[in-house]
Amino acid sequence: MSITLSNISRRYGGTHAVDNLSATIPTGCFFTVLGPSGCGKSTLLRMVAGLEPLDEGSIALHRRTVAGPGLHLAPEARGVGVVFQSYALWPHMDVLGNVAFPIEAAGASRAAARTEANRHLQSVDLGSFANRRPADLSGGQRQRVALARCLAAQARIVLMDEPLANLDPHLRAAMEEEMTAFHARAGATTLFITHDQREAMALSDLVAVMRQGRFEQIAAPQDLHDRPDNAFVASFIGRGAVLDAEVTATAPGRATLRLSSDLHIVARALTAKVGPAQVLLRPGDLRLDPSGQSGLVLSCAYRGDHWEARVQVGKLARPLTVSLPYRASPMETLHLAFSGGWVLRQD
Amino acid sequence: MKPQTRPVSPKCSVADQPVPDDLRAAPARWSGLRHFAKEPLLLAIVVLAAVALFVVPLGAVGRLAFFATGGGVEAFSAALSNRSVQRALWHSLESAALAAALAVLLGGGLGLLIGLTDIRGRVALSFAILMLLMIPPHVTAIAWMQMLGPSSVLLQMLGAAPPLGSTNPLYSREGVIALLALQQVPIVYLTLRAALRAFPRDLAEAARVSGAGPWLLLRRVILPVMGPAFLAGYALAFVSALGNFGVPALLGIPGRYVTLPVLMWQRLASSGPSVLADLAVLATLIGAVAVVAVWGQMRLSRAMSVALIGAAQQPLRLRLGRARPFVEAGLWTLLMLLVVAPMLAMLATAVVPTYGVPLGPDTVTFRHFHEVIFTQSVTARAFANSAGLALAAGIGVATLALAVGALLRGPLSAGVRSVTMLAEIAYAVPGLVISIAFIIAFIKPLPVLGISLYGTHAIILGAYLSAFLAIGLKPVGVAFAALDPALQEAARVSGAGFWRRLWRIDLPLIAPAAASGAVLVMLTAWNEVTLSSILWTRGTETLGTVIFNYEDGGYSTLASAMSIISVLATLALMLVLHWFGRNLPPGIIPWRG
Repeated sequence: MSITLSNISRRYGGTHAVDNLSATIPTGCFFTVLGPSGCGKSTLLRMVAGLEPLDEGSIALHRRTVAGPGLHLAPEARGVGVVFQSYALWPHMDVLGNVAFPIEAAGASRAAARTEANRHLQSVDLGSFANRRPADLSGGQRQRVALARCLAAQARIVLMDEPLANLDPHLRAAMEEEMTAFHARAGATTLFITHDQREAMALSDLVAVMRQGRFEQIAAPQDLHDRPDNAFVASFIGRGAVLDAEVTATAPGRATLRLSSDLHIVARALTAKVGPAQVLLRPGDLRLDPSGQSGLVLSCAYRGDHWEARVQVGKLARPLTVSLPYRASPMETLHLAFSGGWVLRQD
Repeated sequence: MKPQTRPVSPKCSVADQPVPDDLRAAPARWSGLRHFAKEPLLLAIVVLAAVALFVVPLGAVGRLAFFATGGGVEAFSAALSNRSVQRALWHSLESAALAAALAVLLGGGLGLLIGLTDIRGRVALSFAILMLLMIPPHVTAIAWMQMLGPSSVLLQMLGAAPPLGSTNPLYSREGVIALLALQQVPIVYLTLRAALRAFPRDLAEAARVSGAGPWLLLRRVILPVMGPAFLAGYALAFVSALGNFGVPALLGIPGRYVTLPVLMWQRLASSGPSVLADLAVLATLIGAVAVVAVWGQMRLSRAMSVALIGAAQQPLRLRLGRARPFVEAGLWTLLMLLVVAPMLAMLATAVVPTYGVPLGPDTVTFRHFHEVIFTQSVTARAFANSAGLALAAGIGVATLALAVGALLRGPLSAGVRSVTMLAEIAYAVPGLVISIAFIIAFIKPLPVLGISLYGTHAIILGAYLSAFLAIGLKPVGVAFAALDPALQEAARVSGAGFWRRLWRIDLPLIAPAAASGAVLVMLTAWNEVTLSSILWTRGTETLGTVIFNYEDGGYSTLASAMSIISVLATLALMLVLHWFGRNLPPGIIPWRG
């Protein structure tokens, strides 16, 4: 358990940035905190780094309590590495000086630190840029210097605050692979902050969805997509519609639901009980079928490899999202079969 | 920590995560002493310096004014019922109020013209306007006296000199006010330029597309929005004029227009330290006026900053069209008349054998320059003293400002904020109040050491540090504010402790701004006369006091020669600063941006 958060809170004025949050992050895990802006995810990272004090609760790193009532270990004594959104490269030092700094801070001489730093710089393919200034590098190169500096600190815990947010979209995909390789190389427990669900899905072992200072759900990316706990996670991740329904019968791993008086479906469920419930219908749960329910196309948009239509079926409270291999015109009638769905956790 | 040998990036799951119940508390990592040796130690040093520079001297004035025998209400009512004090206080208020008003008219006009139009050479114009502030008041007064007096070499050549024997027209209330106003023009100009830079451009553009011409735009949009800036500029100019000593001393004494600082100086010069209790009362009086004015100004600028929140944009550039060359020529002519012509008059005085002899090819002499540089020991000493004191004050202020700036970003910022406030107060109160405070506080031998600072260089240096710290704090504050806080945090999480961060991260990044602050302080210290006018003794003469005493004693040619050298040195320092500032964020070098 290399990062343990126990009931931590942080308030600004009257609002909770982080609200009584608990979680444990296993050693070596790539753990992503995903949430909309203002949900408190950066504050959480800063609390773990020691850059922000706790109002309540405690934090342990490698089973050593570093923050708690009456205790606040300074960031420089925590041994965590941080990759900042702005990269925070020191403009007055050359690239090698930036990477060598943590080694020097650990007590090495300046010359020894630079030799050692060179090794880390080579591991991110920037060996020939050692004497450049950060200002002379491209965004992607700066990012890699920040990673090399993190490697040089030999930290077993690495915190990353939206490190890809400042990159051009075409660079981001390349840097995602770089991140995966970095994590494999360093083997460090990684706490990664992002608002981009695609990034979170691509990189993580575990994803925590955060809202208003709390974790809504912690799960592996595919579980999060296929088996969300609640309506917020269901609508925040992926596409689809959440509908009110009535569970009429249950079986292990599945449930029969009534969506409207003339529409019954069978959906996957963890533990469903008879009574009111919410069901998530993703585009994959619906397919075209001439003998299916008829629906009216409201709008249709191209999504790169398919068309996505919003379709009103009967008197359902919300239009459904359907993937189509062709462009449908508004007001066109489609026939849909329901092949699945996911019953959200009932209260 | 060694790299792990186990296979990396395991699939981790939520299921195998029991919350451990054996979270050990971290061992106490720091003993009390090791913890203290970081920020608290630096804070302690800064607070000690602040106590010595601000609390002890200003406290000594207050104690003497309020709690000495015969002090308190009695002393204040006695002072206020004294005829000459009443008159001097009135003269101070009147001259400062009128001079500030004139400065707002001229400085405000220049600010609007240069800040809002597509006029060329803005930096050069600003530099020339700043010269009005950088040339010290006593030198300005001497130069204008020589340009407009009956012995004026310049007017004699033009055949327009007043008849010999007539009084210099500047020896009057009007003369004092006019020259005070001239000195405050740059202060208003800078305030207005800063406000115009923050003026959201789309406000003006919205008015233009609504059909407003330039005049309607100025009258209905820009001037109302700039109102608070004008008021702030007025308050700053008022406070600065209130504390001025060089102009009223050189023009007001012969013109029988004595202001309060001049009265205080006269009393100390004629009676010596026995009148310190009286002076403490007068110092408290005028200090209170200055502090109230600055307090009002701070409230105004706070209101202003609320009114003018908007993204940084390209500033507005109204096109002058065909009038542009004429406006530019007019501006440069005006600045030539205000800045260059008096300097030429002074140069003319410096190169004639005796004051009053007409300047011609056969009368030119460089004897006076030779005399002040090589012959007179007192002038050589003054140059050395002023250069040394200015250098020491610059370095001292920059060091203190760096420490204050670094602490302001840390967890102990509350403790150091009071230091910045004290520095602002010391900067606002008239220089004579600071020097009297230093005499009162340090004339008695220091405890333990048993030596008195009075009559040493140290007391003058202390007064410089006290009065000029605010000048050095501003650029450092601007530079720290412009710095990404993540740079500091990155150093922290890299394992760097407080001193390493200060030395390796803060210092190199802030150094250019701190150095600019140091040069600004050096300029101020090199040119000042107010503080040293009553702190100097034989051996610790400064440039300002020697120029002042030469002029006062009728040695105008020597005073002019020294002034010319000091102005050239000032110009050289300003050019150094100009070069320093090329990569600095705007707001640090006054005439840039």
